[in-house]
Amino acid sequence: MPTILPELRAATRVEAHHPWPRFVVDVASWRVAGGELAAGRWTLLGLWGEADSVHMAVLRGDRDAIAVLTLPCADRRFPAIGARHAPAIRLERAAQDLFGFAAEGLPDARPWLDHGAWPVRAPLGRAEPVADAAVPYPFLPAEGGALHQIAVGPVHAGIIEPGHFRFHADGETVVRLEERLGYTHKGTEALMQGADLARAARLAGRISGDSTVASALAFAHAVEAALGLAPPPRAVWLRALAAELERLANHLGDVGAVCNDASFAIINAHCAVLRERVLRAAAVAFGHRLMMDRVVPGGVAANLDATGAAAITALVAAVRQRFPRLVELYDSTASLQDRVVGTGRLDPALARQFGCGGFVGRASGRDFDARRWPGYPPYDDLRFDVPVRTEGDVNARVWIRIEEIGASLGLIEQLLAGLPAGDVRAKVGSSAEAEGAALVEGFRGDILAWVRVAADGTVARCHVRDPSWFQWPVLEAAVDGNIVADFPLCNKSFNCAYSGHDL
Amino acid sequence: MRRTLLEGLLHRPLSEPPPAVDAAELEAVARAVGVAARARLGRSLSIREIDAGSCNGCELEIIALGNAFYDLERFGLRFVASPRHADVLLVTGPVTRNMRAALLRTWEATPDPKWVVAVGACAHDGGEFAGSYACERSVGAVLPVDLFIPGCPPAPVDLLKGLLGLLTLSAPR
Ligand code: SF4
Repeated sequence: MPTILPELRAATRVEAHHPWPRFVVDVASWRVAGGELAAGRWTLLGLWGEADSVHMAVLRGDRDAIAVLTLPCADRRFPAIGARHAPAIRLERAAQDLFGFAAEGLPDARPWLDHGAWPVRAPLGRAEPVADAAVPYPFLPAEGGALHQIAVGPVHAGIIEPGHFRFHADGETVVRLEERLGYTHKGTEALMQGADLARAARLAGRISGDSTVASALAFAHAVEAALGLAPPPRAVWLRALAAELERLANHLGDVGAVCNDASFAIINAHCAVLRERVLRAAAVAFGHRLMMDRVVPGGVAANLDATGAAAITALVAAVRQRFPRLVELYDSTASLQDRVVGTGRLDPALARQFGCGGFVGRASGRDFDARRWPGYPPYDDLRFDVPVRTEGDVNARVWIRIEEIGASLGLIEQLLAGLPAGDVRAKVGSSAEAEGAALVEGFRGDILAWVRVAADGTVARCHVRDPSWFQWPVLEAAVDGNIVADFPLCNKSFNCAYSGHDL
Repeated sequence: MRRTLLEGLLHRPLSEPPPAVDAAELEAVARAVGVAARARLGRSLSIREIDAGSCNGCELEIIALGNAFYDLERFGLRFVASPRHADVLLVTGPVTRNMRAALLRTWEATPDPKWVVAVGACAHDGGEFAGSYACERSVGAVLPVDLFIPGCPPAPVDLLKGLLGLLTLSAPR
């Protein structure tokens, strides 16, 4: 009996799964797990399929233990966790679409990623060819005399990713927002299957362009866990440097963009300049503005020279000089505060139930940061604050980001000061099938990666769960009762990924 | 607030001189766009951006065109919210099958004359996503493409070069 999850009676531990254990469970234990999640004692970290089984990653307590549970389902049916635990619903809808499973008892069984436009059904399962099978998608109803609908997307007015929002409004007030996603589904997980590690890493780095470093890092960590490989210390520090630059660029861009959606353009103009400076420093230091394809299993594919280090040092000085004044402006402009304070409030109970990561969770009282726990090097050697607030409104999310900008600047300085010398890439080899999992803190929150590496060194199966899976659903709740005109502001303050979610 | 505004007035602008568009590039654009474009457009272009399933990397660099360093609007180039106001459709991504219908409808909603610029490796040939069951493989597989701007993602300077080429060409002689 696994002591780590005493709640489960029948479970067999799988060898060669690192660093957390994986257990094969029976239907009864799967249901027990659903009960633990529903009772709030566990948090769902991910749920994904495979040809003949379904997996879920769970977190026990606030930061107690992590485990992966596997339910074999050769008959392609399993009891839906979403029947009792809402955060699993969209993940199970996606598993139904991709694998042809039936998640029994799922309260919402509409397709999610499959819009009826693919030439195959269940592309990761039996992959049966189908003719064009586009079927109407019934949106959830809202009833009331004066209600009207507003349909937005998938092509939006701004330069942003595609998705559909269906509002039911009573005058100006949103009664229900329903999201429909999946438009950017690219079949990334299918492309990863059978790919060598180099190609799979490039795909991981293109799951969400704004989180290319973090996603590639999550993938690399999972592979390294599977293969029992430790990248050289210098590579570990350079990865963190790239990750903090990415966090800095995104936070700067989004603080500006939130202000812009409240029609306060000047902060956006200044933040956009600072963001551009980050990307330029990244290009000098790592040879690519977004640092794509720099993090690879075994280490990094770029080394930092004196010019690169100087560019980053100058960047930190520039942000430290300019950003505080923008923060002061943000905080002291009454018209702006009027828009952001109290708007789009996410209830801390929901943030906890959905295991919301990143600034979305931390602005609603959920004190979780994967850099801190479960933690990964080099962060155990570095000092940094993890800000947490409880108001849960647009303003709180902006403030978490403002404080994280400060934290990232401090981390970047420590990383430059303590950067070890030596190699930046270890040789990667595999001789037997092995599995690994990893949790990495991207700017949006914790990214879960799970991989099975085949004996020949190719990827047998890989799943990457973007933080957005647990943030998109609660945006619907946070918008409730706000005016339609504040939706862009609420949406931007979440800034969930479309591509990262649709995969 | 006042200090920030005042500084903005006193400092030299951050905007950098436009990148040079060399003769070969211009010729490539010319071949692509054709003579018909020139007289119609004058020295301004309205651009509608469409993400046809990109990873969002291309969008980030397109958004960067608006920052003070590149300041796209000084060239008469501007992004518009509706395809009905657009001369140019700037399309990114490998065209996911789930976006195909929306892309076509946006194109149909754009008045003639119109030009399609495919941005990024994905838009060109599917990039890393070529061969996926979920993708059409390229913008060219769905729409007539007039110009391709390579890169993964193309840097803002590369985007600017392509668009300026289009503009130079469309200016009346
Ligand atoms: S070309 Fe590169 S950056 Fe652009 S959408 Fe494709 S993968 Fe992303």
